[in-house]
Amino acid sequence: MRNIRTRKGIATIAVVAMSGLGLAACADDSGDGGTNEAGGTAPGAGQEECAQLEQFGDLTGREVSVYTSIIAPEDAVHKESYKVFEECTGATVAYEGSSEFEAQLVVRVQGGNAPDVAYIPQPGLLQTLVRDTGSVVEGPNPVSDNVDEFWGEDWKAYGTVDDTFYAAPLGANVKSFVWYSPKMFEKNGWEIPETWDDMIALSDEIADSGTKPWCAGIESGDATGWPTTDWLEDAVLRDAGPEVYDQWVNHEIPFDDPAIVESLDRVGGILKNPDYVNGGIGDVKSIATTSFQEGGMPILDDKCAMHRQASFYAAQWPEGTDVSENGDVFAFYLPTTSDEFGNPVLGGGEFVAAFSDEPEVQAFQTYLSSDIWANEKAKAGTGWVSANKGLDIANLRSPVDQLSAEILQDPDAVFRFDASDQMPGAVGAGSFWTGMTDWITGADTESTLSKIEGTWPS
Amino acid sequence: MTSTDKLIQMAIAVALFFAVTGAILLLTTRLRSRSGERVQAAAFIAPSLLLIAIGLLYPALRTIYQSFFGSSYEPLVGADGANFVGLDNYRRIFTSEDLLQVLQNTAIWVVLTPILATGFGLIYAVLVDRTRFEKFAKALIFLPMAISLVGASIIWKFVYDYKASEQGQLGVLNGLLKAVGLDTYRFLLTEPWNTFFLIVIIVWVQAGFAMTILSAAIKAIPDDIVEAAKLDGVNGLKLFRYITVPSIRPSLIVVLTTISITTLKVFDIVRTATGGQFGTSVLAYEFYVQSFRSFDFGLGAALATLIFILVLPIVVYNIRQMRRLEAR
Repeated sequence: MRNIRTRKGIATIAVVAMSGLGLAACADDSGDGGTNEAGGTAPGAGQEECAQLEQFGDLTGREVSVYTSIIAPEDAVHKESYKVFEECTGATVAYEGSSEFEAQLVVRVQGGNAPDVAYIPQPGLLQTLVRDTGSVVEGPNPVSDNVDEFWGEDWKAYGTVDDTFYAAPLGANVKSFVWYSPKMFEKNGWEIPETWDDMIALSDEIADSGTKPWCAGIESGDATGWPTTDWLEDAVLRDAGPEVYDQWVNHEIPFDDPAIVESLDRVGGILKNPDYVNGGIGDVKSIATTSFQEGGMPILDDKCAMHRQASFYAAQWPEGTDVSENGDVFAFYLPTTSDEFGNPVLGGGEFVAAFSDEPEVQAFQTYLSSDIWANEKAKAGTGWVSANKGLDIANLRSPVDQLSAEILQDPDAVFRFDASDQMPGAVGAGSFWTGMTDWITGADTESTLSKIEGTWPS
Repeated sequence: MTSTDKLIQMAIAVALFFAVTGAILLLTTRLRSRSGERVQAAAFIAPSLLLIAIGLLYPALRTIYQSFFGSSYEPLVGADGANFVGLDNYRRIFTSEDLLQVLQNTAIWVVLTPILATGFGLIYAVLVDRTRFEKFAKALIFLPMAISLVGASIIWKFVYDYKASEQGQLGVLNGLLKAVGLDTYRFLLTEPWNTFFLIVIIVWVQAGFAMTILSAAIKAIPDDIVEAAKLDGVNGLKLFRYITVPSIRPSLIVVLTTISITTLKVFDIVRTATGGQFGTSVLAYEFYVQSFRSFDFGLGAALATLIFILVLPIVVYNIRQMRRLEAR
């Protein structure tokens, strides 16, 4: 899936590239991973939060252009969080969000009109950009050091292409969530399931009581089908473990490997079970035409008990909904199927790729990869988390964000990035989505998976 | 970039335009001779030709060139010979099961939409012609024209919304079905009928266009012909068949071909209503998906070229008809 899907239909700002306004005064080419500095003393020198940024010198009057898929209203919080950077360095940040980001970025880079910095929500897209265009600039040392300190290997690997580190992680989201109504659970005496089998037993109990336990929606315009890919990925991670998952992502095993078939059948046990779905909406097929935004809403009317969707679904609940542990809705961790592989966490996130090595750009990258930014961003608003270990959970304001951060920072967590975001576009943003949609509307497991296997680019 | 900057840029662009036009005028007005006129004409045509070459001709050739290559973007200079695939992309279009379905859907769209939209427009135009409420009736059917195809698709998505019979209904159509005691229907999901329900959307939008043009043409039929026909005892359907339709034939053809071209390019409706799922994809949408979702630029370019080849004869025919219309 492709980042946060809050398509609010805000018009895209006209594409105007700010190609390196103000050339670096003394930008010596310092080679691989080195940093450039502008000379002079940074305006924020001496202040504690500016410590990392002092090395880049005085950047007053320079501008960093940022291109992202994060559009209003979420963009306001991002802009807010750049204040410390602007105060410390004197540089300004020109932010541009677009709902056509993925398609436009490649066009802009190939047209020689790349932004300074782009937030890329898919490692697969980062690889395409690095290998096909060669325009992505290597991550400078301070950024690399920050990633080592605050994220660790799993995450760094996703920003690395062909053994070269390019992009630091930015935000993160947790997809292994099941949304439910704590009030409804309490009223009926239902318990949050600890294992997958418990969850199925609970589903049966709820189904027997006359309510359909699950609700889902996978319609999402041209990206229809992505929520089902998340289901399958979560199941693969639990049944076959992270190693097989990685092999599957990298196509070292076929897409329709027996292990994957088994996992999809496990998902089918819920999503294609007419006794379980589709609470408050219709039957199994209605999943395909229900928008993902609407998919969990029947929970509010007690017509459905559980809805598996990522942490960012928190933004979808209508205003006034109490999203907390004892409130109207909350989420629990999608339980594991066995103890074999720890606590697998499926998630997503963005990566900061740079197309320029000007000092203000490197300073901005450094700032974004620091714990200072993570905490600034957390304080600025809700609906955002990061896997940055320097992030103080107490700074997060919403209970769901706190739960997400706890899961991400849990030492037993085995984090894996959304598989469809790492696969080649023809599969990950194409046949995987359409295949899963066909599967919901009636295609059988084997033929669905083997059809997707057939579309893997050679 | 602030809006002041943008305004300044716009002012500069307008000033430049006037400067260029002025310069051409200044330089060519002095030429009075026969050959001077030619120079004058050439000087005025040259900028447009240049812009067409940059904005239309080059991209078209570039796309055709790319369609003979594999998935990655191929530069004109220093092309990677190993990436050359010849006609493979075209072969894929005509052999892959999914793409064949796309072709079939496109054919259904192109055949049905112009006939239905023009048919409705024509009948409507004839029926309301010279009636008391003509203006109001025309405004009514013309209104959807003011809505973008994306907007129209969102409206119809609500109209087609599906919930199981026992649930509360959001969609008007399913609400009606439920009210008369029938089961609710999956308008956007049930193949192959979903394609027809999508076509309804474009017909809803385009019928107004057809009605406007045809209504004007009907009004232009000389009264004496109609009166003579009536004196000869031709009435009702026969009048329509033997007088109205032949008289407005050129307009009819222009409307039909214009709608055909619009239909071949239809993208918004499919993308908004179904996202190309459930076997509803069409060429223009598939071109976008292959180029900008799957990043298979070769196949995308081949699909674009195919649309171009399909549109070309219609455009040529359309232009000829328009010329004939103007000559009358």
